[in-house]
Amino acid sequence: MTPLDRLSLAHLWVSILAFGAAAAMAFMQALSRANLDLPWRSAKMYYLSVTAHGVLMALVFTTFFIMGFGYVVATRVLGRPVAAPRLAWTAFWTALAGTLGAAAAILSGRATVLYTFYPPLRAHPAFYIGAALLIVGSWLWAIALLATYRAWRRDHAGEPAPLAMHGMLATVIVWLLATVGVAAEVVLLLIPWSLGWTRTVDPILARMLFWYFGHPLVYFWLLPAYVIWYTVLPRAAGGKLFSDPLARLVFILFIVLSTPVGFHHQFMDPGVPAGWKLLHTFLTFGILFPSLVTAFTVTASLEVAGRMRGATGLLDWLGKLPWGDPLFSSVALSMILFAVGGFGGAINASFGMNAVVHNTAWIQGHFHLTVGSAVALTFMGACYWLVPRLSGRDLELKLLAKVQPYFWFLGMLCFSIANHLTGLMGMPRRIYDASYGGSAAASQWFGLTGLSAVGGLLLFTSAGFFMLVMIGTGLAGPKREPEAIEWAEPLQPVDPKPSLLDRFGLWTALAILLIAIAYAYPLWAHLQMPRFGSPGYSPF
Amino acid sequence: MNVPLYEKLWMWASGVLIVAFLTTVAIGVASSALQPPSHVETIDPAKVWTDPRFTARGVTVDSAGVTVVAVAIMFAFNPAELRVPAHRPIKFRLTSADVTHGFQIVGTNANTMVVPGYVSEFTTSFDRPGEYLIVCNEYCGLSHHVMSGKLIVEEARP
Ligand code: HEM
Ligand SMILES: [Cu+2]
Ligand SMILES: [Cu+2]
Repeated sequence: MTPLDRLSLAHLWVSILAFGAAAAMAFMQALSRANLDLPWRSAKMYYLSVTAHGVLMALVFTTFFIMGFGYVVATRVLGRPVAAPRLAWTAFWTALAGTLGAAAAILSGRATVLYTFYPPLRAHPAFYIGAALLIVGSWLWAIALLATYRAWRRDHAGEPAPLAMHGMLATVIVWLLATVGVAAEVVLLLIPWSLGWTRTVDPILARMLFWYFGHPLVYFWLLPAYVIWYTVLPRAAGGKLFSDPLARLVFILFIVLSTPVGFHHQFMDPGVPAGWKLLHTFLTFGILFPSLVTAFTVTASLEVAGRMRGATGLLDWLGKLPWGDPLFSSVALSMILFAVGGFGGAINASFGMNAVVHNTAWIQGHFHLTVGSAVALTFMGACYWLVPRLSGRDLELKLLAKVQPYFWFLGMLCFSIANHLTGLMGMPRRIYDASYGGSAAASQWFGLTGLSAVGGLLLFTSAGFFMLVMIGTGLAGPKREPEAIEWAEPLQPVDPKPSLLDRFGLWTALAILLIAIAYAYPLWAHLQMPRFGSPGYSPF
Repeated sequence: MNVPLYEKLWMWASGVLIVAFLTTVAIGVASSALQPPSHVETIDPAKVWTDPRFTARGVTVDSAGVTVVAVAIMFAFNPAELRVPAHRPIKFRLTSADVTHGFQIVGTNANTMVVPGYVSEFTTSFDRPGEYLIVCNEYCGLSHHVMSGKLIVEEARP
């Protein structure tokens, strides 16, 4: 194993272990849904575990995977060492220290504020400082990747970046733009307040800063998954990428549109004028476009693969695809789940209609399809592909790896269908117990909460299979010859001349302009109002 | 950029779909004022119980119409039970005396965040008489799941 692979692999292992711990938490939550009378079940444990599950899944599993994957792309696609290895390791240790600090605060019961940590619920300062360190670590990672790209650029003046790197650059830019918001929230508002240096905090200002970050956060998760769909999946399927320039266009659109949309998470908030919510709604629907283009290009690439494998009919190419390969099946199934989640997302974003689903179980049904499947299942599939190639060990327990994606798919269908429906029937999310003192309305949710628990068990089983395969591979996988990591080729050769789509500076400037239009005035106007802050409250 | 015909068609269709979505949103806004609760009004959360806007809690019916005034606290709504007439516009005014809560009337599209320091306001009406469950739908602490209330919609007496 080269030192470079050790860097990527270290990130993947933190990511995998965080996933395993978070899945264990989910097990208890899923059983809680079924209202089983288990001895260790309590409200305190429930909310503590939802906090740990949300933070570990949404912030740790994803971020560490993406950091590691970024290094894989930089070293294997650009074919050069990371430009600043010391900086890269500092980034790793900083992010890990932050994660451990926040985890300690959560597990000791001093930060039961959920992963959105809305003030005035107040956590131990270690939670906020840990979060800040995780972000600082990710910034150092961004610098290390950008430095590597610049070094490559010096030797390849006038060439467009390879597509995978193009996608990772978009990821880095979206992340840098987004994290400004949460860094401001945590460093300027929450850390001083949790240390007692300031007395109060304005909860709506905090929510504005959080959701300025919170929506592009989902694209930070999704773009590396798209990189895998565009540059890994077609090859795993035995074919080629249908269109390279359109993929570039998609990544550029995400840079431009990811951030100026955060008010769609605050539709139901007082203190935010409806006109600004409407503007953000329009931009939000704009981001549907690159995802719709992706749906076509990736599906077309799979058809190309099926035909290269000998399919001739209208749909028989589907059957020719390698459904027994865990990389392929994970990613393909994740895309199907994402399509379902996308429709739900259009409903969430529909301004007035959001009132029907806001903060109901529908929302947890929705995001387990998107981040919990499109992203997470893609990343799991990528681990089956990357861990053997980086560590030089063959996959252990291959049969479990083969069936794992199907368990996830089935479990997620039960879990998310049940949650979408109970949400429409008015069941709130984030509740330990759904009985509401035997209320008639609440009693109608019960059959479906059982289905959700069954889905949760299937998901937990799937996560367990994944962990067994990974840990088995890491500890006991048979040694094998190092193997090149290969990437999909486009159907048409890439144009050697860079185009407008390779002008990252230009598109970033446009993104900043749109952010200014969408946020500068509402934030300024908000700060002008007479506002009253809130002191902190402990959740119990 | 040379885009294959089918993909070009798909991209146009995507554009049309997005425009159709936005048109439905725009029609909702323009015709039936279907808007999320977005009232802008601040209040000192430490003085909620004595602020004249929130001292007369409950339902008042006068010439201006029907108004519901309530305060959310960990882990209850005050008052916990509300009786309102059917078929009439009802203005809800809510605030919080501690952390952020939610206010959702199950089986309707009445839904708003209730944030300390701010007054939430929205107007809606109920056509089906009966008893409705009100739930807090934003995590507010360890008894969040019991925070609820009751709305009773009555057929107006002649
Ligand atoms: C092992 C499979 C999984 C199961 C059984 C599961 C189950 C659950 C349950 C029951 C909740 C609590 C819902 C509530 O009370 O509101 C939850 C919340 C959540 N899950 Fe999962 N989940 C799984 C995987 C994932 C994955 C892969 C992700 C993302 C990468 C994820 C992200 C989240 C987030 C962000 C929350 C929200 C926590 C909050 O509301 O504060 N989950 N999950
Ligand atoms: Cu969003
Ligand atoms: Cu609550």
